[in-house]
Amino acid sequence: MKYAYFPGCSYHGTGKEYESSTQAVAKKLGMELVTIPDWSCCGATASHGKSHLLNVALPARSLGIAEEMGMDVTTGCAACYQQLAHANHKMAEDAGIREKVNKIISKPYNGTLKVKSLVEAVGTVDPETIKAQIVKPLTGLKVAAYYGCLLVRPQKITGFDDPEKPMFMDNLMTLAGAEALDWAHKTECCGASLGISNLDIAVRLINKIIKAAVESGADCFVVACPFCHLNIDWHQKNVNKKLGTSYDIPVFYFTELLGLAMGLSPDELGLKTHFTDTQKVLSLVG
Amino acid sequence: MELIKVNQSIEKNADFIKEVGLESGQPVQKCYQCGKCTAGCPVAFAMDYPPQQVIRMVQLGMKDELLKSNTIWICSTCHTCSTRCPCEVEITHVMDTLRIMAGKSGATPAGKAKYVETMYNALLSTVKSYGRTYEVGLVLQNNLKSGKLFNGADMGMPMFQKGKLQLMPSKIQGAAEVARIFDEVRKMEGGVK
Repeated sequence: MKYAYFPGCSYHGTGKEYESSTQAVAKKLGMELVTIPDWSCCGATASHGKSHLLNVALPARSLGIAEEMGMDVTTGCAACYQQLAHANHKMAEDAGIREKVNKIISKPYNGTLKVKSLVEAVGTVDPETIKAQIVKPLTGLKVAAYYGCLLVRPQKITGFDDPEKPMFMDNLMTLAGAEALDWAHKTECCGASLGISNLDIAVRLINKIIKAAVESGADCFVVACPFCHLNIDWHQKNVNKKLGTSYDIPVFYFTELLGLAMGLSPDELGLKTHFTDTQKVLSLVG
Repeated sequence: MELIKVNQSIEKNADFIKEVGLESGQPVQKCYQCGKCTAGCPVAFAMDYPPQQVIRMVQLGMKDELLKSNTIWICSTCHTCSTRCPCEVEITHVMDTLRIMAGKSGATPAGKAKYVETMYNALLSTVKSYGRTYEVGLVLQNNLKSGKLFNGADMGMPMFQKGKLQLMPSKIQGAAEVARIFDEVRKMEGGVK
């Protein structure tokens, strides 16, 4: 398995433990992640509200470079995935926009690649290959797999999992020995960048998600998006402060929990850079 | 709300109705107001018009009201409405289209809507300068332009202590090309800063 890898702009900042755990788990699974040289921002949550053309051109620049590498693309960040997958769809289907975009990016993109989220890339590895790496099963750990919006919607663009009741991360957690809970808010929106622009709105959304997970008996969240992670991990204390709750539930990337089950050290996975305390979960799984 | 003569706005803004359909690529006229979009919208509580009304207002040609609404900025583009719409209207794309039209019309969003627009601009300006999002620059610029100077200020030190704050931007080799993409798009369709 070899992929052209798109790290995304948070890879050395707010989402750095996602990056380190992704690299460590990929190595264990024999998955080669070749970083797209000189990749650029996908446009994130902003370009789609500015211009349809800009919104395709920004991710297409990196897709053009990847096409030259001749490898399908994968990325961990759900927002980057959405942007890349949307641009990929447009460049493959819409000759008009393809022509315009290819005039303004240096390496033209012909829409020949597949774009996969890291959840799909890891989730389609042979289960036996994953099981063979599990040396410290997460027995007794109850996880609420939280997919958020952009990983599974819209289905026309994403397509690998169910948009209302996705199971890919649940299945990976089951392989790692944890108990994946059936809970209500798997795909509710965390507010994404409203956490920066309008925190008073975002805390209400985050509160609903945490409440549902806690009520279902979860020990922790498992996520696949740096923005979901930031909103639920960092803003959890703002929810407590503004809404009078007293949540204390850790939020892990799916690669961190897979890595733990594969015997990788918490340091290697970046587990010490979270804001909610991860220790109680770490001691649960030894 | 002032009285609106619906038949007049449909006639007066026929071009607007057509443009929203074309630009968004969505069959807006198919909507029969079932309300499923509003029922599932996570941010409807903060909007001046819920998603279902936005679609009706497009059908009725209520251009000015729509381009001035905070809804088109508050929408978090989570695609819940698009996924559930029985008429297969991807409402998220309609929201994006209205946002783009509002930007080009020179409408100045206020309050919560302004904070969203400011954040978009701050993010894209770091991308135009460096080729990638520069998180610190984004927050600083966002706070200066929104007037919320200490927004997220409590994040700074903890993020720094956890090694999650890149104080300096990392500029990619192709930064000039990325800036050129912005400029070319602006030349081709106008309105992108």
